[in-house]
Amino acid sequence: MNLRALLNALAGKQDSKDIAKERLRLVLVHDRTSVSPEFMEQIKEEIIKVISKYMEIDTANTVINLHKTEGTAVLEANLAIKAIRRPG
Amino acid sequence: MGAVIVITSGKGGVGKTTTTANLGVGLAMLGEKVVLIDADIGLRNLDVVMGLENRIVYDLVDVVEGNCRPKQALIRDKRYDTLFLLPAAQTRDKNAVTPEQMKKLCAELKEEYDYILVDCPAGIEQGFRNAIAGAERALIVTTPEVSAVRDADRIIGLLEAADLGDPKLIINRLRPDMVKRGDMMDIEDILEILAIDLIGVIPDDEKIIISTNRGEPVVANDNGSLSGQAYRNIVRRVRGESVPFLQLYKNSSIFSRLKKIMGLSG
Ligand SMILES: Nc1ncnc2c1ncn2[C@@H]1O[C@H](COP(=O)(O)OP(=O)(O)OP(=O)(O)O)[C@@H](O)[C@H]1O
Ligand SMILES: [Mg+2]
Repeated sequence: MNLRALLNALAGKQDSKDIAKERLRLVLVHDRTSVSPEFMEQIKEEIIKVISKYMEIDTANTVINLHKTEGTAVLEANLAIKAIRRPG
Repeated sequence: MGAVIVITSGKGGVGKTTTTANLGVGLAMLGEKVVLIDADIGLRNLDVVMGLENRIVYDLVDVVEGNCRPKQALIRDKRYDTLFLLPAAQTRDKNAVTPEQMKKLCAELKEEYDYILVDCPAGIEQGFRNAIAGAERALIVTTPEVSAVRDADRIIGLLEAADLGDPKLIINRLRPDMVKRGDMMDIEDILEILAIDLIGVIPDDEKIIISTNRGEPVVANDNGSLSGQAYRNIVRRVRGESVPFLQLYKNSSIFSRLKKIMGLSG
């Protein structure tokens, strides 16, 4: 923090560049997570491939979603398991 | 074998054409053989920035359509005889050229020239696809504004998807006075957000407008301008030299000054 930021904080003000930076950060979380359906499908297939090494997955009942809220994004995967493989 | 470098940004008007012209002249000043390709079909500009608008006979579309050989379309610069411009077509649209044709043309040119700089149009559609098709390196131009940095972020993603990783960032039109009073994002702010390497910072400078009026890129003017110096430094970095960054303003943080006094930072 520099002197100006310190004075601003005391006065309850914020530099316009800090506002810009914060807005950029938020908008980029959204931009970076707006992925195409094909890309989601690709992610889904690869997740299933990895998990399938350990469990038998019911691919028809598997859903993958990207949830975006202000400032954060969550990837949610619901995989229906048919059977768990015996550890080798 | 030469290098093909695309100069791109996403957002319009941030300084791609100005940068392409200055880097081209700067490289030629060091004796490199350079071709500048104006890929902004329909909105030709690089010719006027270079002051070569009265010499155009053939253009990029003529070349890819086979109306002439590449050599016939290249316009030699007025002052630097290793520098050439391949102008854009003005009365055609972006679809007149395909990425495959650009790839082939760039491959052909780099057999003979050291640097092929491609001035990319704004946007992310066909014109962008064409401009990046033949490139193996990319420079991204942005200004210290929310919209320009946001678009740069999008471009970085698209370049990655096209296997053009490791693009370098040019921050253009920085105003030290505004940064100082906290009204403009600083270099560090932008680098933190975009997380790519910086290759140069160009101050907002009226000398750029004056030299563009004359059709003589500022990089060649020995008038002590900061923007000219900034471009000369980028030219050397493009060639692989490591050049210290210009100090456009002093760090005024009291803590960094205190640290300096206490010998904690250099
Ligand atoms: N550092 C600078 N200082 C002052 N003016 C500048 C600077 N850089 C660019 N300009 C001016 O900004 C305007 C836009 O620049 P330029 O044409 O290079 O942008 P561009 O990204 O190529 O635009 P477009 O997207 O339309 O192709 C020009 O008038 C140019 O002279
Ligand atoms: Mg332009």
